[in-house]
Amino acid sequence: MAASVDEVLPIQGDSDVVVVRQRVRNRATELGFSLVEQTKMVTAASELARNVFVHGGGGTVRIEMLRNGVRQGLKLTFEDHGPGIADISLAMRDGYSTGGGLGLGLSGAKRLSGEFEISSAVGEGTRVTIARWK
Amino acid sequence: MERIPILKLDDFLLVSIQVDMHDQLAMTLQDDLTDRIVRTHARGVLVDISALDVVDSFIGRMLGNIAAMSRVLDADTVVVGMRPAVAITLVELGLSLPGIRTALNVDKGMELLRKARTLNVSDSNHGRQRR
Repeated sequence: MAASVDEVLPIQGDSDVVVVRQRVRNRATELGFSLVEQTKMVTAASELARNVFVHGGGGTVRIEMLRNGVRQGLKLTFEDHGPGIADISLAMRDGYSTGGGLGLGLSGAKRLSGEFEISSAVGEGTRVTIARWK
Repeated sequence: MERIPILKLDDFLLVSIQVDMHDQLAMTLQDDLTDRIVRTHARGVLVDISALDVVDSFIGRMLGNIAAMSRVLDADTVVVGMRPAVAITLVELGLSLPGIRTALNVDKGMELLRKARTLNVSDSNHGRQRR
């Protein structure tokens, strides 16, 4: 099997979200994640990738394999240069939405990932990082 | 244009989602189904999601919309075949699909739709007409 290298995928539209889901699924499978772990990671990735093009006007995801001693993990960094989020704690609240959705994207993605980090600056963009260890 | 096929069986419409849907495809399915319910006077809709390995909030919302629109158009909806890993993930995501009837497989789903139909027919025999 070829060594897995980090990769960066563009997110410009809804067909890119499908590609992100498939790549994350493949990587999670390679790492030996359980079916439930895979599904959680892929679902979180789907929510965050959609945010990138719906709210951020497009951007990228970086997919990285992590290693810490014998532990392995998967890290995803979603980045856009859109309008940014003025009030992160409000955006993280269940049911809060500016895009006409259910308002579960950010809060749900956080619940589905082991590690979650968000930073945003108004007028500059947003970066969300999630990670899960095997 | 890419579309999810909708089959008609007696009074029911059957949909089996076999592809990883992008958002526009999900929206198209929602519109197509509503349209077909009206055109065929269907009384029930069965949506099979056993091939889906992910249901995120967008697909969850689409399923909720289909159920709500069917109800308004006098048809019942049942979603069947959800994988266990998908169910666990959906609940943790914060979506418990309120207002959506579910069944484990197509057989049980059809049974549910037929039963709902029989109940409604006997209701209307007692003067509580649906239309």
